[in-house]
Amino acid sequence: MRYLLMLYADEKAGSAIPADQMKGFMGQMFAYREALKKADAFIDTAPLMLTTDACTLRVEDGETRVQDGPYAETREQFGGYYIIEAPDMDAARKWAARCPAATWGAIEIRQVREMPAA
Amino acid sequence: MTGPAARTAAHQVAEQVARDSYGRLVAFLAARTGDIAGAEDALAEAFAAALTQWPAQGVPGNPDGWLLTVARRRQGDARRRRQTRRAGEAHLSLIAQELEATAATSEAIPDRRLALMFACAHPEIEAGLRAPLILQTLLGFTAADIAAAFLAPPATMGQRLVRAKARIKAQHIPFRLPEPEELPDRIAAVLEAVYASYTKGWAESGDTEPSPLAGEALWLGRLLVAQLPDEPEAKGVLALMLYSESRRPARRDPAGRYVPLDAQDTRQWDQGQIAMAGALLRQASASGPSGRYQIEAAIQSAHISRLLLGEANWPDIVALYDHLFRHVPSPVVALNRAVARAHLEGPATALTEIEALAVDPRMADYQPYWAARGHLCAATGRQTEAAVALGLALGLTADPAVRAYLQRRLDGLGPDAAS
Repeated sequence: MRYLLMLYADEKAGSAIPADQMKGFMGQMFAYREALKKADAFIDTAPLMLTTDACTLRVEDGETRVQDGPYAETREQFGGYYIIEAPDMDAARKWAARCPAATWGAIEIRQVREMPAA
Repeated sequence: MTGPAARTAAHQVAEQVARDSYGRLVAFLAARTGDIAGAEDALAEAFAAALTQWPAQGVPGNPDGWLLTVARRRQGDARRRRQTRRAGEAHLSLIAQELEATAATSEAIPDRRLALMFACAHPEIEAGLRAPLILQTLLGFTAADIAAAFLAPPATMGQRLVRAKARIKAQHIPFRLPEPEELPDRIAAVLEAVYASYTKGWAESGDTEPSPLAGEALWLGRLLVAQLPDEPEAKGVLALMLYSESRRPARRDPAGRYVPLDAQDTRQWDQGQIAMAGALLRQASASGPSGRYQIEAAIQSAHISRLLLGEANWPDIVALYDHLFRHVPSPVVALNRAVARAHLEGPATALTEIEALAVDPRMADYQPYWAARGHLCAATGRQTEAAVALGLALGLTADPAVRAYLQRRLDGLGPDAAS
């Protein structure tokens, strides 16, 4: 089963972290990714740019409408993700608990709905 | 109190009750009917009912009794639905009366936990499932927790546990303490479950606070020793847990940082628990050949000799691990033995042994494996490999204090480690 780990954190607080401390956090995230790979649980990951550069688009009555900013204003912003392979939700939770980002933000765990091959 | 605050309070009480008495309530309900899954369902409904009713009506004086009454009623309803396909409305007023009566008393609920454990450890249940079944039914472990404790893939564990519960019900496996002649076949799974629960609590607590799960395991250990005074391994497992528990206060320094065993301040070890463990171990080994838990407790005792001699008794520790490996030839025992051997023969020999263990796929996400490998690589000057292994160990821990400790170790490696 594939699971999406959605990493949420306070962007403002994140931007205020001194560079050397940030380097430490990045090192921990790298170590986490290596551990996922070693266990054959890694599929994909990416960090995202700030939500201040985000825009939200929808098409209503044939009209394209674009707004600045994320879909919803929240205290913690969606800032990156992992896609992992895990046998079940419990195992996915175990991996999420190991993710350093869980200590400075929140991680939403969603199972990927497997679609039959076209 | 109304609104969100009351809801939160009711939630907290329900959670507290769930933690404190889940195993006791499940054991009591299941022992009456022989139906573990049914007891779990009834109890889950009772907890759900508590969460909707307690905020409005207040938390009852005897929350355990309240939950038990509702759960028993649900069990009864389920039976009646099966028999007559209609639940009697007349019961509703009866429930209310019964609840009032229960809330007024604080009658102790008989403890049937040992009976439940031994039902799960019955020979009718597949040997490898007995301890996992105890962990799930009595202590609420998830399939993934169990898989982690037993280094097994979690995928099929859930289904196998469901089938095992159905088997207990179908075969009318009795909920009682085994006869003395039955005990040798059944005690192993019970001890294994108690110890697995302790180690999970130990790993989870993260700091020096006592863990509820470890506390429950210690309590069950004392119960086993009291009920089975002639069983040396029950004393062995309790001694083992008490030795570990005695070191809890020393696991963190005053700044909250993780302190590995070798660096712990022995003055912080709990002397009372150490004395109790020592007495149990002596009683256990006086009455027969040593089993797995007595050996493991003896290893802890040899570590504790640092208290008197200034250094752990490494020759004894290595000899005891050799002995233990003959009982339990697992990669985890081999790993610990190699780490101990490094203190006698130097890190290089130990490292060769540890590297050979990597062929076991279960080591890929076993955090202590990579931590040990990293420390030994660093000790032999293999900085680059040390960085890789310590990095994996860091990526596999869920404990921020251990993560910070490994980060300090990584930062302290030589300059060629980054290459």
